[in-house]
Amino acid sequence: MAFELIVVGTSLGGLSALKVLLSGIPSNFSVPMAIVQHRHKDSDQLMGVFLHDFVSLPIKEVEDKDEIKPGHIYIAPADYHLLVEWEHFSLSTDAPVSYARPSIDVLFESAADVYKNRVIGVILTGANQDGARGLMQIKQRGGSVIIQDPSTAESAVMPTAALRSLQEKETSHIPEIARSSRKRVLSKPEQALESSVPLVLPLTEIAPQLVYLCHPLRS
Amino acid sequence: MTSLHRPELEDIEVQLLLEGVYQCYGYDFRNYALSSLKRRIWTLTHAEDLPNISALQERVLHDRACLERFIVGLSIHVTAMFRDPSFYMAFREKVIPILRTYPFIRIWHAGCSTGQEVYSMAILLEEEGLYQRCRIYATDMNEQVLQKAKSGIFPLELMQEYTHLYQKAGGKRSFSEYYTAAYDSAIFRASLKERIIFSQHNLATDSSFNEFNVIICRNVLIYFNKTLQQRVHKLFYDSLCTFGILGLGKQETLRLTPHEKYYTELKPGEKIYRRLN
Repeated sequence: MAFELIVVGTSLGGLSALKVLLSGIPSNFSVPMAIVQHRHKDSDQLMGVFLHDFVSLPIKEVEDKDEIKPGHIYIAPADYHLLVEWEHFSLSTDAPVSYARPSIDVLFESAADVYKNRVIGVILTGANQDGARGLMQIKQRGGSVIIQDPSTAESAVMPTAALRSLQEKETSHIPEIARSSRKRVLSKPEQALESSVPLVLPLTEIAPQLVYLCHPLRS
Repeated sequence: MTSLHRPELEDIEVQLLLEGVYQCYGYDFRNYALSSLKRRIWTLTHAEDLPNISALQERVLHDRACLERFIVGLSIHVTAMFRDPSFYMAFREKVIPILRTYPFIRIWHAGCSTGQEVYSMAILLEEEGLYQRCRIYATDMNEQVLQKAKSGIFPLELMQEYTHLYQKAGGKRSFSEYYTAAYDSAIFRASLKERIIFSQHNLATDSSFNEFNVIICRNVLIYFNKTLQQRVHKLFYDSLCTFGILGLGKQETLRLTPHEKYYTELKPGEKIYRRLN
């Protein structure tokens, strides 16, 4: 099953975390990525400019109805919710969700609805519970989920809330196990892609995991 | 409340609901952007304490009061006075000089919702000494929402944020001059409404009704799909004087739309466009 979209949510500590995450994404990475970072409504477009230095893929703030293009990275603009339609984004100015606009739940729920099991949801460091519900929706529709290991996060609140909402009995959260399980399953590519198990990983392991999930033959 | 989602069935239920509302009442939501529409429909379904969208359809079609709640729920656009202050600064800088050359100015706020942007523009025009030359049309598809806009009453607790935005937008006076506080409400000055006509108009179904020097439609088109957006852009184009001004929301754009070539952008990034000849 090929993944067609990655959605990422973060708040407190997000800028540094995104630097690390995006630095690990290679220039031939083809699955589009949409990012919600909680931001103040007054914040301007410098976030995209700043992150551009750390990733070799095109990165931009979403304008209404922007096409979701392979190999592109998209950032939710301040004071709008970001949603996905089939093949393009849409925006909304509806009331904040979990005190946030853009809200991670709004993006993730929309992505789960449209992309079903072809989406990967990633939750990074953050200071509130936005995203926990949306991540669960992604998992329920058969998508894959990755959570930054709370013990490595600048703020553990968001990844912890996400973990709890997934009822973590199937979590494998020791990086060594993740690495060795990758090696074992490389010989069986179909099995490799069956990853509805939520993975809890240190930040530096997340980009390699995305490459593995999206381009297993290259990792 | 968690529900068992059955996505394909849900999409069918949404289509049936919208078709039912259109055929019964003439409100056409069939070309609204699906993702935000579905979210709002679910919010309304939960608010009615119903288990699914089919149940909402049943109530909407048989209970007039529920229909009213439904329409209002899909009509309200959350906004603020002087939202995106840089838009208003750019309007002052680029559009006001143009408007000064006209003896009479017609302005249309399309999809005005509860009216914050209408009063913001009225204040701006008043401060620039142009208000008396203006005739402002503020339209929305729902009568209840229009009544709210017409009242000019907003929660007092919002005034602190609005004051901040007003100042960033280049406001020349003290924001509190424009309203009186009564209990937990701020009542805006009646003089701000003198030149404003509030009237019902549905962008999805109605046609052009006048020619304007300025059309403001900010963060309304985001709720429409591409088909309906094109319809509305044609309507705006047909309703603008030559060199008329179209103002959109911060993250809206004419780029890559069929109407892009008919306009030039007056200030990069501020979404203020001038209709070319």
